[in-house]
Amino acid sequence: MSAEVFSLFYQFADVFAFLILSAAGLAIVFGMMGVINMAHGEFIMCGAYVTVGLVNLGVPLAIAQILAAITAGLIGVLVEFLVVRRFYKRPLDSLLATWGLSLIVTQSMLLIVGSAVRGIGTPEGSFAIGGYTFSTYRLVLFGCAVAVLAGLYIIFMKTRFGVIARATMQNAAMAKALGARTGRIYAISFGIGTGLAGLCGALYAPTMTLIPTMGATFVVESFVTVVIGGANVLLGTAPAAVFLAMIRMALNASYGQIIGQIGMLVAVILIIRVLPEGLSSVLVRRGR
Amino acid sequence: MFRLLEGPQTLGRGRMFWSCFLVVLAGALAYPLFADSYDVGNFAYFLIWIFMALGLCLMWGYGGMLSFGQTLFFGIAGYGYGVLAINMGGGTATIAALALSVALAMIAAGILGYFMIWGGINGIFFGIVTLSATLVLAFFLGQTAGPEWHIGPARLNGFNGMKGMDPLAVGDFYIEGSALYYVMVALIVIVYLALRMLVNSGIGNVIVATRENPQRAEMLGYDVRKYQLLTFVIGSGLAGLSGALYTSWGQFITPSSIGLPAAAMPIVWVAFSGRSDLTATLVGSFLLLFGFQTITVYSQQAALVLMGALLLATVMLAPQGFVLGIGKLVADRWRGRRRGEGAALAEAGRLQSEES
Repeated sequence: MSAEVFSLFYQFADVFAFLILSAAGLAIVFGMMGVINMAHGEFIMCGAYVTVGLVNLGVPLAIAQILAAITAGLIGVLVEFLVVRRFYKRPLDSLLATWGLSLIVTQSMLLIVGSAVRGIGTPEGSFAIGGYTFSTYRLVLFGCAVAVLAGLYIIFMKTRFGVIARATMQNAAMAKALGARTGRIYAISFGIGTGLAGLCGALYAPTMTLIPTMGATFVVESFVTVVIGGANVLLGTAPAAVFLAMIRMALNASYGQIIGQIGMLVAVILIIRVLPEGLSSVLVRRGR
Repeated sequence: MFRLLEGPQTLGRGRMFWSCFLVVLAGALAYPLFADSYDVGNFAYFLIWIFMALGLCLMWGYGGMLSFGQTLFFGIAGYGYGVLAINMGGGTATIAALALSVALAMIAAGILGYFMIWGGINGIFFGIVTLSATLVLAFFLGQTAGPEWHIGPARLNGFNGMKGMDPLAVGDFYIEGSALYYVMVALIVIVYLALRMLVNSGIGNVIVATRENPQRAEMLGYDVRKYQLLTFVIGSGLAGLSGALYTSWGQFITPSSIGLPAAAMPIVWVAFSGRSDLTATLVGSFLLLFGFQTITVYSQQAALVLMGALLLATVMLAPQGFVLGIGKLVADRWRGRRRGEGAALAEAGRLQSEES
């Protein structure tokens, strides 16, 4: 019996980790700046490629993954400085600009590195409970997702940067008047967002085929999680992921991946009819 | 009714504009007499996409709804045409298949639009929900390779795409080559003029008022949601028309014409052209399609990189669109207002700042 329960938890953890890891970066950028980064998938791809490249050079996997996340973060700061910075007053244009960027990056990668790169294979290791075997790496991913949530909580709730960042999120002009360097806060937040995207790519790199268009695999999940989470991403993202993971797990188990994805999308479309501001609006109201 | 062809919502009025329009139309009609059939077929191919661009122009430029789902409805109608044409057999039934598949796309748009618009989804979320739906459809169709995925005798065939449907036909006469080209030109003229009349009519004014300020429009007594839904259904239906014509043109459709990067293309065309005017979109989209096709022959990736760069350049340098900006410049010159480039550019800049 406990084996079945654990199996259910394992499936939930798998989907939950995927949703959190792919959405966290997008959610931070959206929550801070109201900008949806359409090149999110390309930062994920960047993280994956850097990881695989470093591992093929002989760097241990864990270190390669951390370096990949840092690389994606630094590139993100650069992109913020060169492009995104100009569009904070025109969020729709920032969507188009980052989408243009995403097209350029994906297609240039196809031109330069070609369609497939030698992968590195999922780290070995499994354990058995009852009659079932489980991959250890999937649980590591779940651990990472929880660690990302905890890390974000600490950064935004317990540090000085977090206080200033939340102040900027609430009222940028007022925060600026009080002496916060909002430009720098935005750049750092964008860097954290893209760094998390890079981390997602780095963590999933061993489990999937590396192609320049791999970012597209993640964007639907990250979009719907952010939509359901709502405007207050610090509050909304985790419950949204739990909720969507439940739906997805139930459908995946009985009907397969694609029906799971369709079901998730249908759920999202039904929910925005009732809760257009997402789950966080309900939670905020409860909190008051 | 024809008075509505000109009005505050569309650029281009007076004898000068309409004589240019007639010259271009006459050129388009005479074109197959001079070109070989291969080029005519290619030209027809560019024209297929114009409907989709005009639809997006209506939704985004006039209605203020940035839909990333044009290829979603393109795909629904494209696959719909294929399934219907195979199931109903060829001949005149293909015309019915065309009409039904466009209706199918409009119904789908109505359902999706109802949930989004009545839910009060705004700017950015409107885009990413429509894009999510688009990508999910592409993923779904991509995994329908097995023989169990069929509707009647029509196999969906996964990534390899659906094929084997008849092209549009009347009786035994297949509408191909020059005939298809003339059908396209006629349809574009009809759609273009009808859209001009729509946006200059009372309905169009409400659509534009909603774009400018939904609350204000609502306070004036209009149920803006109905107007938004109407805009969304028409715009998406035009994408559907593109889709059905595309399948009929090549007797072939694959999921890659729905997913990324195809979904970004209508956005690039319309943004580059100037979303706030139908004529600019018509001209700009055609130019871009022509350029894109010319480069694709050498390298599809390079062409797509260029498209991405154009999108980036448009939002950074000319958020109103390049074709629209140049068109306004030319028009100002033509009228002999000797304000020079500086003044015209300054005016373009003023328009932009109003936008933001």
